[in-house]
Amino acid sequence: MEKEKYISDLKDIRSMMDRSSRFISLSGMAGVVAGALALGGAYLAYETIYLQEQYFDYRQADASDSIVFQLVLIALGVLVLSLAAGFFLTQRRARKTRQSMWDAQARRMVINLFIPLAAGGILCLILLLKGFIGLLAPLTLIFYGLGLVNASKYTLTETRSLGIAEIVLGLLAAQFIGYGLFFWAIGFGALHIIYGLAMYLKYDREGDSERS
Amino acid sequence: MIVKEILKDLNKAFENKVRLGIMSALVVNDSLDFNTLKNLLEVTDGNLASHLKSLEKSKYIKVKKEFIDRKPNTQYSATHSGKEAFVKHIKAIEQLLK
Repeated sequence: MEKEKYISDLKDIRSMMDRSSRFISLSGMAGVVAGALALGGAYLAYETIYLQEQYFDYRQADASDSIVFQLVLIALGVLVLSLAAGFFLTQRRARKTRQSMWDAQARRMVINLFIPLAAGGILCLILLLKGFIGLLAPLTLIFYGLGLVNASKYTLTETRSLGIAEIVLGLLAAQFIGYGLFFWAIGFGALHIIYGLAMYLKYDREGDSERS
Repeated sequence: MIVKEILKDLNKAFENKVRLGIMSALVVNDSLDFNTLKNLLEVTDGNLASHLKSLEKSKYIKVKKEFIDRKPNTQYSATHSGKEAFVKHIKAIEQLLK
């Protein structure tokens, strides 16, 4: 009797520490959706580059500019759709974990994610305007990874391993720059799907069964 | 004999669920404001306020009042002795469960 009370006390303490310091409502499904969108985007990008290459002979300069423009459009499309899906799915999950969507914990996570991410984004934009297109895939991977590692202190601890994996992939992509798109598809596509599924199985479902 | 020793370390101040929750949240955060604590613990204003008062009286937490956009904002944080007492309490519980 006494014992049960103390076991439940310890559980409460742990849950309160997590809920008060970490944003635990990140949806695993959001990762899966973002990964699928990234794979779709990578396929479109591949098609764009591949199709345009046939016209390289007679309008090389013009084509490379329009390719870049299309690639940026694809990337922005993937980003916006992923954020929207992530927002929607996380909100649904936040309701289940009874954590509010935009509390102090969420703010802390987002701020810490965006410090490296914004720095990387601006750097990529500068490099893009200067024509260093090849560096974009490795650098987006590296800075995204750094952002995840930085944010992992304020959300599910597993994001740290995901971040480290993204950094390693980014460095590989920098070495094998011709395979940039390939590494980008693995990092933003495949890894997100694997991570998202793992998180879904570990947390989302567990949370659902607890409530039912 | 040994059980008695352990029981001595169990802190009456943390027997209550709300006070236990307040301390759990404050030991892992630099400071939290009243509304954040209220949302975390899902208790009423009056209930939370009275438990905060009692923890403040035991010198386990400290209170800092400030104004943000001319609205009063009260920040609560755990004191050094509060953290120590809380860790001792958890250790005592773990000992009992062994």
